[in-house]
Amino acid sequence: MRPARKKRVAMGPFDLHRPTDLNEAISLNAHSGRTDVLSAFIAGGTDMVQLLQENVLQPRRLVSLCGLLDEGIHMDAHELRLGAAATMANVAAHPDVLLHYSLIAEAILNSASPQVRNQATIAGNLLQRTRCPYFRDVGYEVCNKRNPGSGCAAIGGENRWHAILGASESCIAVHASDLAVALVALDASVSLLGPKGQRHVNLGEMYHLPGDTPHIEADLKPGEIITAITVPRYAAGLQCSYIKVRDRASFEFAVVSAAVALDIKGRQIRDARIAVGGVATRPWRLPQVEAKLKAAHLDINALDAAAEAATQGARGQGHNEYKIELMKRAVRRALETAGGFR
Amino acid sequence: MMCDQSKTGSAGQNAVLGPSVQSSCLPPSKGRSGVAEASLLEVVLRINRGDHRLSIDPRATLLDVLREKLNLTGSKKGCGLGQCGACTILMDGNRFKSCLLLAALVERRDIMTIEGLADGDRLHPLQSAFIERDAFQCGYCTSGQIMSGIACIAEGHAGSAEEIRVWMSGNLCRCGAYDNIVAAIQDAAGKKEAGCDGAF
Repeated sequence: MRPARKKRVAMGPFDLHRPTDLNEAISLNAHSGRTDVLSAFIAGGTDMVQLLQENVLQPRRLVSLCGLLDEGIHMDAHELRLGAAATMANVAAHPDVLLHYSLIAEAILNSASPQVRNQATIAGNLLQRTRCPYFRDVGYEVCNKRNPGSGCAAIGGENRWHAILGASESCIAVHASDLAVALVALDASVSLLGPKGQRHVNLGEMYHLPGDTPHIEADLKPGEIITAITVPRYAAGLQCSYIKVRDRASFEFAVVSAAVALDIKGRQIRDARIAVGGVATRPWRLPQVEAKLKAAHLDINALDAAAEAATQGARGQGHNEYKIELMKRAVRRALETAGGFR
Repeated sequence: MMCDQSKTGSAGQNAVLGPSVQSSCLPPSKGRSGVAEASLLEVVLRINRGDHRLSIDPRATLLDVLREKLNLTGSKKGCGLGQCGACTILMDGNRFKSCLLLAALVERRDIMTIEGLADGDRLHPLQSAFIERDAFQCGYCTSGQIMSGIACIAEGHAGSAEEIRVWMSGNLCRCGAYDNIVAAIQDAAGKKEAGCDGAF
């Protein structure tokens, strides 16, 4: 078992800015999605406070987004729009989400704890940092996410938690968010607001692969914040299942997770959306599995055969080969559940 | 104030944290954060129906302020990272882990701690249930369990033992008093359903 190296010390000092206006907050150039920043944003704070307490992040300035962002949850004929500051708890309890986008509620209710879900914003959940124990323990200097160029302690180290998909020679850390997996399965987009104005990005594409710059996790410019998350109307009303496999029954991150949403008419699968978590450096769609299910007959053999394709391209790192088979089984379980066979 | 080893309240604060950091390379701040150095913030916190005007370090968590500034030591620091739930309090009626909240970001919120539950000698029904059901051993997690349990019942998540276990999973008990904790919550939830009191 990897020994903890860091001794607990206090948070480093920072100036806390509590702007009363969103434009002021953006002008302060806090930068999300990377560790090597002078200024960081704080909203709900459930991950940020942990990162500060463990000295993983040591910004000199913290910019609070409290009270500045939309908390609303609205569904109309085009989309489901979730304000960035909507809490995990409120989104998971919203009648429109429960009825029409149940995959989102399932993913959220499988995350964290009730107290954390009351505090955490959904945008913050999407931007949470990896749980890789080497990243989170600053006693290990070797971490390309924290110290670009220093190496990766997990490669050749303890890596049962780490990625079998999307890894590079620089980083094999897994993205931790369940909600992100569900949203990527549903083709969600994010609205971003920054000093140069507004733009919209597909959520899956917002996340970077580690490549040789694992310290840059998201396509966010200085000052840019997520203002809303939108899910298209065509992703509504699908038959869904979120399966999360973990070392404890609750309040624990995924070892492997699978998000499935099936568009079923009669006994035919018109379309399938599958994403996996706990196994990849960013939320990971499985187009090869989806392709096998498009226009397939809804029967359990078709689902099981399609799940076989889930392992394409997956590669173990020494301690996490078990995830390859486990991922396939989680996908199969989620398909069977969504298909009504469980 | 920030270190687990600190024994004193605000008197020892600067000695523990070291001198204020000069940050003249940063532009003067706007908004309500005061001057450019990392200095104390003036905040007003509403705790157990009373307002408290305090000077705090921006890094201070609500848990630290409760324990070190206000002597409300009923809420405990079990992990300081939001994993154990011993620091659970209610804010605007909902449950939160006070070690994950920066105190400067919860001004004007209605915060209730374990100390705010009883009305003189009249215990909250869940406090009584914890005693009747022997739902604690060392007592360290107990404040957090009770505050969390109150919210669990108010949320409507105490319909069965299984549901309580799921919805109380943010609160750990190293003594393993879980069975009795669940029984206490069930008892109090039942009393609430029977309309015995308006405490929830």
